[in-house]
Amino acid sequence: MTNAIGQSIPRKEDFRFLTGTGQYTDDVQQPNQLHAYFLRSPHAHARIRAIDVAAAKTSAGVAAVFTGADLDGKVNGLPCGWLITDMNGQPMKEPPHPPLASGKVRYVGDAVAVVIAETLDNAKDAAEAIAVDYEMLPAVVDPAKARCPGVETIHDEAPDNTCYVWSIGDRQAVDAAFAQAAHVARLDLVNNRLIPNAIEPRAALASYNRGEASYTLYVTSQNPHVERLLMSAFVLGLPEHKLRVISPDVGGGFGSKIFLYPEETVLTWASRQVERPIKWTAERSEAFLADAHGRDHVTRAELALDRDGKFLAMRVHTTAALGAYLSTFASSVPTILYATLLSGQYTTPQIYCEVTAVFTNTAPVDAYRGAGRPEATYVVERLVETAARELKIAPAELRRRNFITRFPHQTPVALCYDTGNYEATLAEAMRIADVAGFEDRRRHALARGRLRGLGYSAYIEACGLAPSNVAGSLGARAGLFEAGEVRVHPTGKVTVFTGSHSHGQGHETTFAQVVAEKFGIDTADVEIVHGDTDRIAFGMGTYGSRSIAVGGTAIVRAADKVIAKAKRIAAHLLEAADADIEFADGKFTIAGTDRSVAFAQVALSAYVPHNYPLETLEPGLDETAFYDPTNFTFPAGTHICEIEIDPATGETRIVRFTAVDDFGKVINPMIVEGQVHGGLAQGIGQALLEGCAYDAETGQLLTGSLMDYALPRSDDLPSFDVALKETPCTHNPLGVKGCGEAGAIGAPAAVMNAITDALWTLGIRDLPMPATPQTVWRAIRSAPQGRTART
Amino acid sequence: MASSRSTHTPASAGGTTLPSRSGRSTGGEAGDAARAAAQAPVMACSHLSLNVNGMPVSTEIEPRLLLVQLLRERLHLTGTHVGCDTGQCGACTVHMNGRAVKSCTLLALQAQGAEVTTIEGIAPAGGGLHPMQAAFHEHHGLQCGFCTPGMVMNAIDLVRTQPNLTEADVRSGLDGNLCRCTGYHNIVKAVLAGAGAMKGQS
Repeated sequence: MTNAIGQSIPRKEDFRFLTGTGQYTDDVQQPNQLHAYFLRSPHAHARIRAIDVAAAKTSAGVAAVFTGADLDGKVNGLPCGWLITDMNGQPMKEPPHPPLASGKVRYVGDAVAVVIAETLDNAKDAAEAIAVDYEMLPAVVDPAKARCPGVETIHDEAPDNTCYVWSIGDRQAVDAAFAQAAHVARLDLVNNRLIPNAIEPRAALASYNRGEASYTLYVTSQNPHVERLLMSAFVLGLPEHKLRVISPDVGGGFGSKIFLYPEETVLTWASRQVERPIKWTAERSEAFLADAHGRDHVTRAELALDRDGKFLAMRVHTTAALGAYLSTFASSVPTILYATLLSGQYTTPQIYCEVTAVFTNTAPVDAYRGAGRPEATYVVERLVETAARELKIAPAELRRRNFITRFPHQTPVALCYDTGNYEATLAEAMRIADVAGFEDRRRHALARGRLRGLGYSAYIEACGLAPSNVAGSLGARAGLFEAGEVRVHPTGKVTVFTGSHSHGQGHETTFAQVVAEKFGIDTADVEIVHGDTDRIAFGMGTYGSRSIAVGGTAIVRAADKVIAKAKRIAAHLLEAADADIEFADGKFTIAGTDRSVAFAQVALSAYVPHNYPLETLEPGLDETAFYDPTNFTFPAGTHICEIEIDPATGETRIVRFTAVDDFGKVINPMIVEGQVHGGLAQGIGQALLEGCAYDAETGQLLTGSLMDYALPRSDDLPSFDVALKETPCTHNPLGVKGCGEAGAIGAPAAVMNAITDALWTLGIRDLPMPATPQTVWRAIRSAPQGRTART
Repeated sequence: MASSRSTHTPASAGGTTLPSRSGRSTGGEAGDAARAAAQAPVMACSHLSLNVNGMPVSTEIEPRLLLVQLLRERLHLTGTHVGCDTGQCGACTVHMNGRAVKSCTLLALQAQGAEVTTIEGIAPAGGGLHPMQAAFHEHHGLQCGFCTPGMVMNAIDLVRTQPNLTEADVRSGLDGNLCRCTGYHNIVKAVLAGAGAMKGQS
């Protein structure tokens, strides 16, 4: 198949998932395996005065019980992968993050002890026999109050509970622009804390091989090589080559499976102590308590405009909760991945953003689908829509007046956009959403007693964080390249080894399409291997919508190396000069002749090198490439949401949701649209349904189950109108940008702009997310003009 | 705020939790409870017979064993998944006597004498896919695959029990099965297509 790119080919990976033959971590069974259960803190903040595990150790079936004291001096704390330097040039505060609580517990769910037993029931029964004496301390829950005088200190290293105060942009220039403004739009926004809830709970299975002095860890990870590096080099002090990390089929990640967590770390260490495999699988309750959460910003945002509606400057102050400990990439999310996106699709010449990151007695907060970019889009797009309404300019028109139209474009917040066409996605979205007919629909709805609203979100995202040296200068403690190996077998079949990891994204199909097109072979003849540190040279994994732009490009580069070598082999076989060989449609041809040799025949010659230039060329056909991008990619698009509110109940119903996205070149439209659908569901979930709640006094998680935390269900959502525009990325060979997070980035602002559009004439300027029926109903009841809406 | 004390106290042997006591528990208390726990009688086993995917199964189990544990841990039918602990997600959906049930909310003993079918048992013998499985493949109704077996099992039951499905019927019929990847858009399309294909087959 020579035109594999651009085809909606059904996925190669589906068969095993549809027939129950996939292999997720919890499906792996090892002979003689033990089961682990983690005893977790029931308190948000407490000193551990004593732990008595004597009874648990003698409980039926128990092999071992470990507490923080057992790990002291043997297991280091979990590291943070990004060092933020604060406004005063000081490094952020990095308190230790022990895998099992040491001295204090700092959130409800903080692991205190692990019980390892013959069966899970044995382990749970024994955990009931552990006595922990807690001295309870006041809990710090609200990020906005974490720095107030007299508030309890969570970590001695950060007496004011502040990890850093960081800024970007020219404050004086921004203040000067505001002083000149004809109009200023202001909003106080909360970006609600979310709990990722991949449907597969986290799990791990660790074993130690005494004969080889090596470890094997099966774990639900989006980036097994990163997990291995952090665990071996920083936490357990193991030789990296003696730890094999396998991430088999993984049931969704959404960011929450990027991080190095305490549980797999403890299991790996303990597997050597007990010399038997140990399995742990989180229950959903544990996922709620102890998976890294997302978002949780409190923001004051201001936009200055001139008389013509041109944006002059933006000023943003955000307090971001990091939770009780610094998770793996926590520090980069509300800074590098947030403030740099505040220019959106607009020419705003000056932007200043100050971020105060605080510790709270809650679960750690880290990247969740979009990671910083949904928060930025929410700030920008809520402000723009509010300014448009205040100035009585049509929201689309105000956006058009401020769109960036010349590229490359350097924003005032560090990023340089290589390409884009924002007018195209806006116009197409308006056409599909029938914006022209909206006012009619609004009138008809009102006649039925319903309030109808329409909201836009013209988002931008930055994918494929890069290049490594720039990221390093900004504090990244890791490289941001990707590795790919293309192995052509003697028969011409191909195995591709990628450092990316697929946990729903469909890499096994998309990457196969890329390689099939490169070699002019069928996608069925290309196998994609991922998720195993012993099989794949290296990898940085999958997050930040980087897989096709970075991982895909690494594969293309390796494939190009294969073709370059294969041309030399073909030249030898055809008795021609290397430079005269052309490769197309799976054939190597002497230019201008009909003399050719097929791809598979060249492959066979490489492995059976009888007629082969052995003196100048090695046998074999297997090439590896490491690709470090020169820039981010910048997908962008416009989402338009149309809603109806029943003022009697406060219920919001999405009647239409349109998303027009520009992801550059698209390899498999079906898969890309599927990614958009899923992202939209999570973005709509944030806007209408999902909100993590902790008790403000005690720090108890109030939304600790699927009965309390509203994940979108099939009858909560509409079908979506999705369309794609293609403005190819300028700096990678495929012209691709990435698509995994766009839906979650664009949707919340579109939904909230639609709701506030419906309620604007009642005097309601803003509502907090999630806009549940209760929130909307209360707002209508207490609005200045709300009485007229009550029917 | 004055600090207060709390103690994680051991449970008694019978499985009833002791009332929470303030103040520091002594090692003696913990030790007593543990000794009682250690001396607790091993839970008596019960005999269970049922058919799973057409094959007879006869085994001794602890009465507290859930149907999903029997399938996954004893019979190694790991296509049936566990996504939650409150019966909300539907990843564990299987058929019992022809109807969709959540196997995490049933004790294995409740399936005594039953015909249980899992995702491994719905495809035609000799390979290929059930029309509903095929429809999920053709319409990209799955991404990570974790909720998929439960979705497919529930969808088949939905088609069997509601002959003329509309999009609204599918959306309301699947609301006991959570998917975090697809936004349900393509699942709904797949189920409608699968319904048509199943009809054509019968």
